[in-house]
Amino acid sequence: MQHGKYRFIVGFLALPLIIYGIFVISPFIQAFQISLTDWSGLVGSSKFVGLDNFERLWDSDDFWNALRHNVYMLALVPVVTLGMGLFFAFMLNVGGKQKKNEVVTGVTGSKIYKFVFFFPQVISITIVAVIWFNIYNPDPNDGMLNSLLGAVGLDNLQNAWLGEKSIALWCISAVMVWGHVGFYVVLFSAAMASIPRDIYEAALLDGANRFHTFFKITLPLLWDTVQTGWVYMGIIALDAFALVQIMSVNMGGPDGATDVMPLRLYQTAFRDSQFGYASAMGIAMLIVTMTFALLTMRFARRERIEY
Amino acid sequence: MTTEEIDVVAKQETTPAPPAKKPGPTGGRNTEGGVLNVFSHGILVVWGLMVGVPLLWVLWSAFKDSNGILTDPWGLPTSLHWENWSNAWDDANMGQYFINTSIVVGGSVVGTMVLGSMAAYVLARFTFPGNRFIYYLFVAGMSFPVFMLVIPLFFVMRDFPLTSLLASYHGLILVYIAYSLPFTVFFMTSFFRTLPSSVAEAAMIDGASHTRTFFQVMLPMAKPGLISIGIFNFLGQWNQYLLPMVLNQEEDKYVLTQGLAMIALQQGYENDWGALMAGMMIAMLPVLVVYTIFQRQVQSGLTAGAIK
Repeated sequence: MQHGKYRFIVGFLALPLIIYGIFVISPFIQAFQISLTDWSGLVGSSKFVGLDNFERLWDSDDFWNALRHNVYMLALVPVVTLGMGLFFAFMLNVGGKQKKNEVVTGVTGSKIYKFVFFFPQVISITIVAVIWFNIYNPDPNDGMLNSLLGAVGLDNLQNAWLGEKSIALWCISAVMVWGHVGFYVVLFSAAMASIPRDIYEAALLDGANRFHTFFKITLPLLWDTVQTGWVYMGIIALDAFALVQIMSVNMGGPDGATDVMPLRLYQTAFRDSQFGYASAMGIAMLIVTMTFALLTMRFARRERIEY
Repeated sequence: MTTEEIDVVAKQETTPAPPAKKPGPTGGRNTEGGVLNVFSHGILVVWGLMVGVPLLWVLWSAFKDSNGILTDPWGLPTSLHWENWSNAWDDANMGQYFINTSIVVGGSVVGTMVLGSMAAYVLARFTFPGNRFIYYLFVAGMSFPVFMLVIPLFFVMRDFPLTSLLASYHGLILVYIAYSLPFTVFFMTSFFRTLPSSVAEAAMIDGASHTRTFFQVMLPMAKPGLISIGIFNFLGQWNQYLLPMVLNQEEDKYVLTQGLAMIALQQGYENDWGALMAGMMIAMLPVLVVYTIFQRQVQSGLTAGAIK
């Protein structure tokens, strides 16, 4: 029996562990090793250079430029996305007409809203990028956004969008928000639905209005979910690779205005064949991501509320 | 209206304190509920349009000619240009990319489910030295940024013993499985823990082996979990972009996302926009079907990914 048990355990774990070890764990370890070399991809041609790649990275204006853009997105995109997600979820869950016996009701058709809102989350990021590339088309007649603005008489708001250095990054950030709001509507709706109704009812009977109940009841009870959502959205804001690669003018342009860390890494490795240097960028990205996640966990921590 | 503007509206509407409400008859609250209801639907419909219209635009543009898409982006098709679809399928190679994607995703979803639930079952229901260590080794994979891994992964694939795994179906399948295992093991482990042990014990007493108990008793019981995580993996692998970009650089092995990105990036010069739109529909249709049928599981499966 015991013998059979261990044979079974080994038999079931061996293949998953081998595949995972070869394709995930070993690259993770090798990334550190490669970052200390000047490897250009040819077998046997790499030289150990210590921390040279990291020094070079520290002095690289290009990388700081890309990192700065990721940090801008990190500061803006999660706030807007989670804020809108919370707002819509609240509307869906308490914005309904009153029925007898129920003080707080969801709006009718909340399933349909959730179905539509969630849609961008299930389609490929390439499709999202191509759609928005067309929306932002700078031509006053061909561009969807520009022609719409023209049709309603707002010609002076027409813009080159992705071609305009000062706003290109924000145009791409807006797409990120557009794609993820629905996800948070569904996530927060589920969390709100698990809050007992009688808490709301008691508060409303005590004379609180719905907007006070949002800040005094809903938000505090949802805080754990908001915090996880924040980390998740932050990691997305630190990526932005596919959107920038497909939508931006000249990969990260105009004039570097939308460049981001992952695109820098990708270009350095697979266009310039500087694998050692690119691996150092990868380590830097790991550090930035971990720091962000730890800081969020550290500062957003609150007393957990049981209900 | 841009998303920022919507958000400004959202913030303005939530912050100012609404007029003080007189305590008393429920009539007052009813009016507030009514106004709120109209207001809610208004805002929700606006956002629904902002999300839905661009997607519908792809659908109706897939039936327009290039000229119509460019000169009148908002117009409905004047006549149905079905040839966009065959152009996309044949000339733009979307058919080949569709087949490539189906082979890779078919193999990797099945592989992920089988290997992931096997590992999860053992980790959830057996005690043995190293159990915790292996579990955390798998779960740690969820926090590795893929960007950091792709460079070494490229060389692991290129220099694989006997044969290079770059731009091969089996190579991509193995990589997709490996990168889907962390969340699958995490999810299925907690799922197997919730199943009652009495049924498995009864099967063992009746003389079933561990392996047989797993495949004939435990897996069928785990069906709801398998469906959720299966859909999660299908969507993630169907839409995968970075891994094929790096590991699959031969054009005849491209998957749909690569093909679309390539056509889109070339559009400035070639411009068969109708075919591009039809290609996007071809890439979206399987996802659309799965999402429409399994709406609830898709939403719960994907959001479960955020609460890890």
